[in-house]
Amino acid sequence: MSTDTSTSLPVLTANDFASDQDVRWCPGCGDYSILAQMKKVLPSLGVPREKMVFVSGIGCSSRFPYYMNTYGIHSIHGRAPAVATGLKAARPDLMVWVITGDGDGLSIGGNHLMHAIRRNLDINIILFNNRIYGLTKGQYSPTSPLGKVTKSTPMGAIDNPLHPLSIAIGCEGTFVARSIDTNIKHLGAVLKRAAEHRGTSFVEVYQNCNVFNDGAYNYATDRETKADTTIELEHGKPLIFGKNRDKGIRLNGMNPEVVELGKGISEDDLLFHDEQTPEPSLAYLLSRMSYPEFPEPIGVFRAVDRPRYDNLLNAQIVDAKKAKGDGDLEKLFMSGDTWTVS
Amino acid sequence: MATSTGVSPRETKHTSKPVKELVAATVRFCGDSGDGMQLAGTQFTNTSALAGNDIATFPDFPAEIRAPRGTKAGVSGFQIHFASKEIFTPGDQVDALVAFNPAALVTNLVDLVSGGILVVNKDAFDEKGLKQAGYEESPLEDGSLRAYQVFPVEITRLTRLAVEELGLGMKEADRCRNFYAMGLIFWLYDRSLDPTLRYIEAKFGKRPEIAEANRRALKAGYNYGETTEAFASQFRVNKATLTPGLYRNIMGNEATAYGLITAAKRSKCELFLGSYPITPASDILHELAKHKNFGVRTFQAEDEIAAVTSAIGASFGGAMAITTSSGPGIALKQEAIGLAVMTELPLLIINVQRGGPSTGLPTKTEQADLLQAICGRNGECPVPVIAARSPADCFDAVQEAWRIAVRYMTPVFLLTDGYIANGSEPWKVPDLKALEPIEVKHPGPVAEGEVFHPYARDERLARPWALPGTAGLMHRIGGLEKQDITGNVNYEPANHQHMVDLRAKKVANIALDIPQQTVMGPARGKLLVLSWGGTYGACATAVRDVQEKGGSVAHAHLRYLNPFPANLAELMGNYDKVLIPELNKGQLRLLIRGEYLVDAVGLNKVQGKPFSVYELVNKINELLA
Repeated sequence: MSTDTSTSLPVLTANDFASDQDVRWCPGCGDYSILAQMKKVLPSLGVPREKMVFVSGIGCSSRFPYYMNTYGIHSIHGRAPAVATGLKAARPDLMVWVITGDGDGLSIGGNHLMHAIRRNLDINIILFNNRIYGLTKGQYSPTSPLGKVTKSTPMGAIDNPLHPLSIAIGCEGTFVARSIDTNIKHLGAVLKRAAEHRGTSFVEVYQNCNVFNDGAYNYATDRETKADTTIELEHGKPLIFGKNRDKGIRLNGMNPEVVELGKGISEDDLLFHDEQTPEPSLAYLLSRMSYPEFPEPIGVFRAVDRPRYDNLLNAQIVDAKKAKGDGDLEKLFMSGDTWTVS
Repeated sequence: MATSTGVSPRETKHTSKPVKELVAATVRFCGDSGDGMQLAGTQFTNTSALAGNDIATFPDFPAEIRAPRGTKAGVSGFQIHFASKEIFTPGDQVDALVAFNPAALVTNLVDLVSGGILVVNKDAFDEKGLKQAGYEESPLEDGSLRAYQVFPVEITRLTRLAVEELGLGMKEADRCRNFYAMGLIFWLYDRSLDPTLRYIEAKFGKRPEIAEANRRALKAGYNYGETTEAFASQFRVNKATLTPGLYRNIMGNEATAYGLITAAKRSKCELFLGSYPITPASDILHELAKHKNFGVRTFQAEDEIAAVTSAIGASFGGAMAITTSSGPGIALKQEAIGLAVMTELPLLIINVQRGGPSTGLPTKTEQADLLQAICGRNGECPVPVIAARSPADCFDAVQEAWRIAVRYMTPVFLLTDGYIANGSEPWKVPDLKALEPIEVKHPGPVAEGEVFHPYARDERLARPWALPGTAGLMHRIGGLEKQDITGNVNYEPANHQHMVDLRAKKVANIALDIPQQTVMGPARGKLLVLSWGGTYGACATAVRDVQEKGGSVAHAHLRYLNPFPANLAELMGNYDKVLIPELNKGQLRLLIRGEYLVDAVGLNKVQGKPFSVYELVNKINELLA
């Protein structure tokens, strides 16, 4: 028997998380960047690869698990949150990631997404939002804007789009965040926060589909405009944005408004971000801020602590064993009246 | 170890009434769905079981929880067949009918034998009650019940009288009426009150006044039979000669749940159930949820699809994964079952069949999901299918289903139905020492750089069940076609052909690993009755009856529906004709004809009700003539 009881992990790198499969997304797809950031973040978590499972549904984003040298399930359309729920409930020791998209997560799988979030299992859900159906070659999605002309909406989309983060907050999400595929530093930091959160983390990533919806997020990624069209949320800090950091968000009654700093308005007049407030209204209000009326917030909208389904489920088993003793088949069979035939 | 409670010695009765011995009797309680008829039935069942009878029961209730009082839509019934010989069905017709109101009478009278005993709650036969049942005149007065022995008893008034001193409200007093009726029927069939008195204590002990009221009502009903001159005699059904052993009464869904817990223990797996409430399967979820101290995890999912996909996730993690539902829910699960076929993960899908299509007949039985189980998915998607034949048999069927699932790394369908799920019969408690382990293997960790092939196969073509958490075995599975051995995504034509063939062969080979089909009766003859699932009891009884009269008929009851037992073709060839009775339009018949080119004859019924023995006997005789 070895005397060395050290359990320290070998130091891993991003490359250790690459599988032997060729990545087959279209050249220039935003998914590449998300994959790269994920591989970069994972080694920093102190979790062995074999303890990680990536679960996905169907869609371009859902090919993600094939490219990771971890365990993975590429399941069926929309169902990844449910697959992950069963896996995490049965195996709370595993780190479970769900990779989904706007069609997979919000359309066919909306129900599962909603319930996974409210149960607050300790899993991480990353929703790649490209506002289009890419794998089926260009139909509008639940996040496509009104009027969007696609193959299936030649006269323009007529259904009102969903705001993924509003949904997550409405479903009692305990960790809700947003980042952007090309903002790699920010994306990496948000993924790390999501991984470290205990409970369901929901991250929307603005992701460009350069084939079927190219430029959907140009306003938020363009070097020239992004400082004015996005606003980086920081806990405890006022909401300031703009190239010159001269604009801010102030609350006017229940409504946010854009104000210019100076001219009698100081930082103290601005809305201060509080990701930990138990009341979800602030996070919801932020999730409704949309371009062009507002800069769109990125970062962590909400991070609160609440009991987790996987913990509670397994605690009930411990409690039941304490109360009734370890399950005994003989006792079970003999419960109720018995009789002997001789 | 729990001790056998048995039956306590009865006091010697001082009755002058004669006791007639019967070999078998069938009793049905029926009334409004709020009248406690299911409770009356189960109490009579347990009492008869404890008295040593063989029993078979058939609860029959409406889909509506509380249809308007006194209407035909709200009638709930519970039938018990008890005997001193071996029986397999709850009985075609009833010898004694207890009807709590006119609606219950009008809907159930058709099943009472001519000359049978009819006890009615006379107080319910008022103008309103009669009108709701569609009677112009009271059947108690117009002579229309002349063919029966009618006992109009003022059950409502007499129950109120019995509990009067306890000061209960009218509503609470009336809730004791089912105990009054039980007492009367217990007297009629010379049954001990002890098991029901124990039940009352256990159930209502915390509310002493309610417990006392129920006790008084029960005894008042019993004494009514004993002391009034209405009943001239009592009946007695003696102990049956069952195989020696320790017995208890068990319902089908309960046996399924016990079977699952047992199979989990035998295979040293932790049980995970993903389920969504649906009639008549929910009781499996309820029962398993009670037994968390066995490490059982029950997950009430947001829908049927989440129920099965969560189970697939749990299976990937190494759990004994189960999903339970009924026909419409199974339809929703089928895409995910295809995923389990593709990913070759063990999974039990339990379908407690009910009348379809669509929402159909939620509380009534049918066998019309056989083809759904065998053919209900996209693509070439073979799934082994097993069916339970009786309430207690659900226990054994589960063991077999899980053995196959883990041995072959495959989802397995287990079919039961509403009839056996809610029915009950004596269950010979299994000897735990005789239950061998169910072997489950997981590959161990491998060193960095060593290659792991998730789709390499053993001699039975099963792939390895490699669990997350095992170092070096990281792999990805999914619904896209797999490359043989490596499990990587692969769309090549020859590989797809090979993989489709492999999956089919793996399931077909199970035929070599299941018992040969047996027959009850002559090995050769004029007619073979080939049945499956919950029709076992009726078919076995009918065949036995015809055999006793010299008919050249044998019975083969299939447990394995995919694949069929290897000797089935040869076996069918030993008979001139094959009759396949089914509670559907001929689904097994279609499969048998397609697979074996056997020109089988069908007897098909879809009325939400099990077969009556006489229907089968008539058909058998017709084919033998």
